[in-house]
Amino acid sequence: MTHDITGPASRRAFLGLLGGGAALAAVRPVAARAQVATRARIVILGAGAAGAAMANRLAGRLEGAAITVIDGRARHLYQPGFTLIGAGLKPASYSVSATTDWLPRGVTFIAEAAAGIDPVAQRVTTAGGQAVDYDFLILATGLSLDWGGIEGFSPDLIGRDGIGAHYAGPEEAAATWREMDRFTARGGRAVIFRPETEMKCAGAPLKYAFLTEDEAARKGTRKGVEIAYFAPQKALFGVPIVAEKVRMLFESRGIRATLERTAKAIDPGRKIVTFEDADGIAHEEPYDFVNVIPPQRAPEVVRQSGLSWETKWQDQGWAEVDQTTLRHLRFPNVFAVGDIAGVPKGKTAASVKWQVPVVEDHLVADLGGPKATQGYDGYTSCPLITRVGRAMLIEFDYRNNLVPSFPGMIAPLEELWISWLMKEVALKATYNAMLRGRA
Amino acid sequence: MKELTLSTLIAVFEEMFGPLLFWALVAAAVAVTAAFLWVLLRERGLAARRLVRAELFAPLGAVAAIAFVFWITNSGLGDIGGPVDLVMVIAIAVAGAGGLTLLAYVVQALLRRRPG
Repeated sequence: MTHDITGPASRRAFLGLLGGGAALAAVRPVAARAQVATRARIVILGAGAAGAAMANRLAGRLEGAAITVIDGRARHLYQPGFTLIGAGLKPASYSVSATTDWLPRGVTFIAEAAAGIDPVAQRVTTAGGQAVDYDFLILATGLSLDWGGIEGFSPDLIGRDGIGAHYAGPEEAAATWREMDRFTARGGRAVIFRPETEMKCAGAPLKYAFLTEDEAARKGTRKGVEIAYFAPQKALFGVPIVAEKVRMLFESRGIRATLERTAKAIDPGRKIVTFEDADGIAHEEPYDFVNVIPPQRAPEVVRQSGLSWETKWQDQGWAEVDQTTLRHLRFPNVFAVGDIAGVPKGKTAASVKWQVPVVEDHLVADLGGPKATQGYDGYTSCPLITRVGRAMLIEFDYRNNLVPSFPGMIAPLEELWISWLMKEVALKATYNAMLRGRA
Repeated sequence: MKELTLSTLIAVFEEMFGPLLFWALVAAAVAVTAAFLWVLLRERGLAARRLVRAELFAPLGAVAAIAFVFWITNSGLGDIGGPVDLVMVIAIAVAGAGGLTLLAYVVQALLRRRPG
């Protein structure tokens, strides 16, 4: 969730400016892209990072298109900020703006949730009963946090008795910080875990473990604090070379990791989280502070639409799209972008930044624009915070290759201040520019 | 989008500072530079004594620039983790030192009619 959308361009921009404008020498003027005239009806489902960026870019490329954005959420949330809020570095308001702040003129916005998608009839029905027909559909719904996936948990427990859940939203991230702050002052045992499903920013639970350790060290209470990290997978991170680096850092920081453990239930009264191992055996883990990160799935409206993968992720329901073009494999007039896309990597804002131009390229080609040439290679990026003031700038692709923007300069597996600087200063600006279709 | 373009650069900086403050800062930087060039042309060269006095401000500018960046990013000297961090700190210091020197030179020139 705290993944970075700063790509090479913005990083260079940022470094260039701070570094005395050296990068300005490399700046090229933007070639204005020709507009394509069309009367196509395009529906974008969702006005989050992917939906808003998509709407802005299409509004700039298409002339005469009827673009409709459907989203019932009045607030736009800058989710990469949740970790900073959860660490007490930013207020909850840091991540909050209005959905309508980011939508371009000339686009129809329906402030209702989608209730149904019929890809055969090419129609979306809203919660208010409005039917919207489309020629092209872009799924940008984001994902749903499945709180029911942790038995005994409900979001109203957040901020009480040592329970945090910084994925839940900005206010909940702030409440998580208050609990973490109390815990690190008093000492005890922290339990931090990630779910078995695909998830937003798989680095965020690791970051929170590091930040909790860092906070205790800063308060001088580290000796009285135990930090236990649990993951259902066989490794701490999906990219092997990063997993190994995190394992080493955990060891040096005294964070105990247990793999192949899936959180199943929480008992707030007894302060116990129950995990299941690979053999289905239950293990009870006591906590004084816990950060609940639940299973994550496609929203119900997508799962009911027949657009989900049938051969994989059956319990999660991500949209069945080609991993390079992001075009639906059975309904070619449907694309998916952002968290909802059923691709092996990339539930981050960085991925959105890379995916949106690809969908734009292919959609505009369908509408008579130039032949599509772009493809998504799985790029994603994560400023993996290891303490307040330092991060590792990790960028990788589908093949688990590291794809650093500054090879030989900013080492991806090194804890650096410059990587922290990007997270703190350049990231939100780049994200906002992306939403407006300008980066 | 994945390549550096002037518009991307401007967009990011407008978002970072807000469009008004960003363009005000750009205007201020351009104004100080233009004033410096104007003083140089008017006096047909650098005034050595004034330059030395302006350079006294350089360490102040360097320290202030570094302190400002640490302050806005919740970090400090202890977070310097690798060579590139050091390069970054030096670059920030040079920018701060250079900027304040230039400003100090221009202010002295504008306050005194004759080079001194």
